[in-house]
Amino acid sequence: MAEANLQKRKFFKLKPTKLNRSRAGNGLLFGLMIICGLFMVLPLVMIVNNALKPLDELFQFPPKIFVRNPTLESFSDLFVLMNDTWVPFSRYILNTLIITIGGTVGHVLVASLAAYPLAKHDFPGKKTLFRMVVLSMMFSWTVTQIPNYMIISWLHINNTYAALILPAWQFGMGLYLMKQFMEQLPDSLMESARLDGASEYSIFFKIVMPNVKPAWLTLAIFQFQQMWGNTGGMFLRNEELKPLQYALQQITAGGAARAGASAAVTFIIAAIPITFFLVCQSNILETMTTSGMKE
Amino acid sequence: MATKEALELARKQKTLGYRLKQNRASYVMMAPYFILFFFFTVAPVVISIGLSFTYFNMLEAPTFVGWENYVRLILEDDIFMVALKNTMLFAVITGPISYFLCLLFAWIINEFNGKLRAFLTLIFYAPSIVGNAYLVWNIILTGDRYGLLNGLLLRLDIINEAKVWMKTEEYILPILIVVQLWLSLGTGFLAFIAGLQTVDRSLYEAAAIDGVKNRWQELYYVTLPAMKPQLMFGAVMQITQSFAIADISINLAGNPSVNYAGATVVTHLLDYGSTKFEMGYASAIATVLFLLMVGTNKFVQKILRRVGE
Repeated sequence: MAEANLQKRKFFKLKPTKLNRSRAGNGLLFGLMIICGLFMVLPLVMIVNNALKPLDELFQFPPKIFVRNPTLESFSDLFVLMNDTWVPFSRYILNTLIITIGGTVGHVLVASLAAYPLAKHDFPGKKTLFRMVVLSMMFSWTVTQIPNYMIISWLHINNTYAALILPAWQFGMGLYLMKQFMEQLPDSLMESARLDGASEYSIFFKIVMPNVKPAWLTLAIFQFQQMWGNTGGMFLRNEELKPLQYALQQITAGGAARAGASAAVTFIIAAIPITFFLVCQSNILETMTTSGMKE
Repeated sequence: MATKEALELARKQKTLGYRLKQNRASYVMMAPYFILFFFFTVAPVVISIGLSFTYFNMLEAPTFVGWENYVRLILEDDIFMVALKNTMLFAVITGPISYFLCLLFAWIINEFNGKLRAFLTLIFYAPSIVGNAYLVWNIILTGDRYGLLNGLLLRLDIINEAKVWMKTEEYILPILIVVQLWLSLGTGFLAFIAGLQTVDRSLYEAAAIDGVKNRWQELYYVTLPAMKPQLMFGAVMQITQSFAIADISINLAGNPSVNYAGATVVTHLLDYGSTKFEMGYASAIATVLFLLMVGTNKFVQKILRRVGE
């Protein structure tokens, strides 16, 4: 019933459940949004325009934001350079796929699994564990890099995908985000399933996760962005293991001669997470509207 | 007899061993996360704190120096004091404003549905998702008359010669604050967008019946209390971001910046950690920053608990 209601909603119409809305208020807020929005979207506009600029426009001084004679030259330049890399370019793409998908899916799953007991069960050590996670986010990441490297070497996962993927599974933010959302679920929801004899795992997968869909979709966006931007740094030495991001940076390191290809690279680097972002965001639907959710 | 057995059972239920056993499922569920967390977060943090009591140049083994790094940091390091002052200023100004902006825009965007909402979210999240945010500001702030800001101000006769914005001491900090605000719709913003989606719609109807008259009252009395967990999350993220500002300063003002006008605790830390290879000293800076954030967090959480009451 509620599902059907959700589907019926038009995309532009204001929510029927929104009450107390004045015209003046609408005008004020949307006016504010348009002004700020124009300013915020600037980097996006620049990326697209730069990628379409021919070389002479890229070097134009003073620089212009908008392109005059759009062309796909930069992309064809980039494809030529791609054929020229040390290992086949598809290898970099494969590496990135493994690291990004492994890091994102694994993190969402591992962090959510840990967040559920922290939000909804009562057991010794609960507060301490949670507090440790939150506090850990406040310790500067820069100085823990060296000890981290030592530990990764000690575990013998240096120079493997695991050196990037496993640490990504335990980022504190993900657990914190999931725990905060799960906390809001009414206990009665889980209680009735428990009375029906459901195990904690089936409660987790069949009740908890579907009800916090906005949370894990948001977490997936953050994590995807994080993993996608990873260049492998000091953890991956073999060229065959390096991600796309690294290969693309090598291409753009060529300086002025590669300005065109570099603009195309910037576009591609941004386009993938943006696509992922849009897919996730448009899937964030109202979850708590189902009648079964009321306490 | 029965009461004795019941008492016995009650006592047994209180013992730690029994409670650990009872909650086995919980521990098993958390195990993958916390095992990794121990290796990749707890251990490195503990090692770093340990290193803060040593001299460590990353080539030779660390040597224990006691409190020396901390004493030097607080009593002798003038630049650290500048960096600390700047960081506090950043945190006090950008922290609350960013937080408020995240909430405001998330709330406005929530009035739209489906694809349009996703698109609007993208526009406002754009500075956080595209990698070239500094590029935009570099063009705006270029220090000759072709810079967008200089061009505009010259045309309007507000200034009569081009200013070298990022190399002039008094402009650096205010400009960095503006750029940081522009960048502020990040993690907290998306968490709020998601949080608003989970507020029970029936609460709004009930509130309307109870006499909530306009959207502002609705926001304060219904929406905000219903998304308190997200507000707490947003606050922690805001603190970790505001106190750790470094990238924008390094990219726009350089490190070191002119007369350290753009120095923050983290740029100072990076200076020692990755340029001067004094890992022990850098770790001491990180530890002080950590304590600062923990303190601020305590204070902010206390305030947030009162929302909507």
